[in-house]
Amino acid sequence: MEIKCHKVASGCASGPALATKETISFLGNVNPQTGMVVDPAHELYGQSIAGKVLIFPGGKGSTVGSYVIYQLKKRGLAPTAMINLCSEPIVAVGAIISGIPLVDRAPEAILQLKRGILVKVDADQNLIRF
Amino acid sequence: MYLSREEEAICRGEHGETLQRMMEILVALGDIYGAERLVPVRSVQIAGVSFKNIGDAGLEWISDLRGRVAVPSILNPAGMDLCRWKEMGISEDFACQQKKVVEAYGRLGVTVDCTCTPYQIYDRLAGPGDHLAWSESSAVSYANSVIGARTNREGGPSALAAALIGKTPLYGYHLDENRMPTHLVAVDADLKGSDFGALGFLVGGIVKDGVPIFRLRSLPDSDELKALGAAMAASGSVALYYVENVTPTPPAGARPSERLDLDRKEIDEVYEKYPGIGAEIVALGCPHCSRSELERIASLLEDKKVQKELWVCTARKIAEKYPDLVARIEKSGAKVLCDTCMVVSPASERYKKMMVNSGKALAYIPGLCGVEAGFGSTEECIDAALGRI
Repeated sequence: MEIKCHKVASGCASGPALATKETISFLGNVNPQTGMVVDPAHELYGQSIAGKVLIFPGGKGSTVGSYVIYQLKKRGLAPTAMINLCSEPIVAVGAIISGIPLVDRAPEAILQLKRGILVKVDADQNLIRF
Repeated sequence: MYLSREEEAICRGEHGETLQRMMEILVALGDIYGAERLVPVRSVQIAGVSFKNIGDAGLEWISDLRGRVAVPSILNPAGMDLCRWKEMGISEDFACQQKKVVEAYGRLGVTVDCTCTPYQIYDRLAGPGDHLAWSESSAVSYANSVIGARTNREGGPSALAAALIGKTPLYGYHLDENRMPTHLVAVDADLKGSDFGALGFLVGGIVKDGVPIFRLRSLPDSDELKALGAAMAASGSVALYYVENVTPTPPAGARPSERLDLDRKEIDEVYEKYPGIGAEIVALGCPHCSRSELERIASLLEDKKVQKELWVCTARKIAEKYPDLVARIEKSGAKVLCDTCMVVSPASERYKKMMVNSGKALAYIPGLCGVEAGFGSTEECIDAALGRI
């Protein structure tokens, strides 16, 4: 299946899907040393975002979150790509400085994609394939 | 968003990877906020300096960048006085990381003055109508409202991107349509000094991200405007305000849809709600003290000795320009600290209660430092430091 979307950060990458209906604050929700979601209140608590195509509505919280994404990438613990309904500046900037493909304007149903399904994000073509 | 041929070449990576990423940041933000194009900026003020705020993650990113800023760029306060950090009780580890942050910015050609009041030390950074990319919320407010320049409230990376490219996306407060007043705030009281911080603390909480226009009986000077804007940017997210007969005027056709009426009682309630009693430390200089504020503090401290820790925060350039004022203040036992402030330094965290004369510090100290805040006028703060309260 092929879905149209909108490029925020360039690149093309694939990986198993990890989707959540909740927004993510990278500062606080994710441990930059392990790539694990560490906030017990979050739907993805206990999951690793490393190597996944992380699908979530958008970011929130501190602007330091952009740097946390960069730190994850340098340690090889970042998602391979990210999909948002609507990207806000924290995740957008984090993805760009880290070289992680990021797209938004995806349909809401994408948040229900089954965990582990192989997803390809081609930001340069404005396309998601799975 | 429309990009010129040269901007597109940067986007394709023809000018190296750092500039490519920086241009991507500007384009992504422009897309998110619906900007039509980029606009050249006169200067940039960069947040994300205190190691307490950006941590190892931010330091890593800044250290990895290669390039030179394209326009005059200056820094926000750091987490410590870059020279006297030991006296502040800052750890060796923190000081080492903090110095690395400042050095990394310096390698990019950023002027390493760490201050929230760049307009107090350099005239050439901003003038009426200039487009800027400034970060620190009180500086943004002052630039938009008092100077009449145009800037959004930038984050660390977007400000640095603007510095390296020399441009910013044209949206938000760069455009007349977003500079219209939303609230008329009429204040039926004579206000002075810290009253403007109290007023800002109240109004920011009410108007949130609106654009207030004030009708005041007493006309504020530049330090009072600085305090008013700083407080509204902290208790709300006000980036632009007007004061009738004082600041530059709004674009033609402005009709605020909301009206607020305040009087002396509401201002006094701020002082009553946050009494200074029991504070172990008094901290002044949020935003950084001007020369005239240092003079006022020096004269209040003349021939006296402080009984409590008293910090007076200012820009290093101001302290260096007026060494006699610094000496007069420090003779009392107070410390004149440069490059930093009570809000961004971890040195604040070891106190239980701090007394301030700033509406901005009042809004931030409890949440960012875990320290209870008391509020008073400059005179009351000095009295507290002298052990008279």
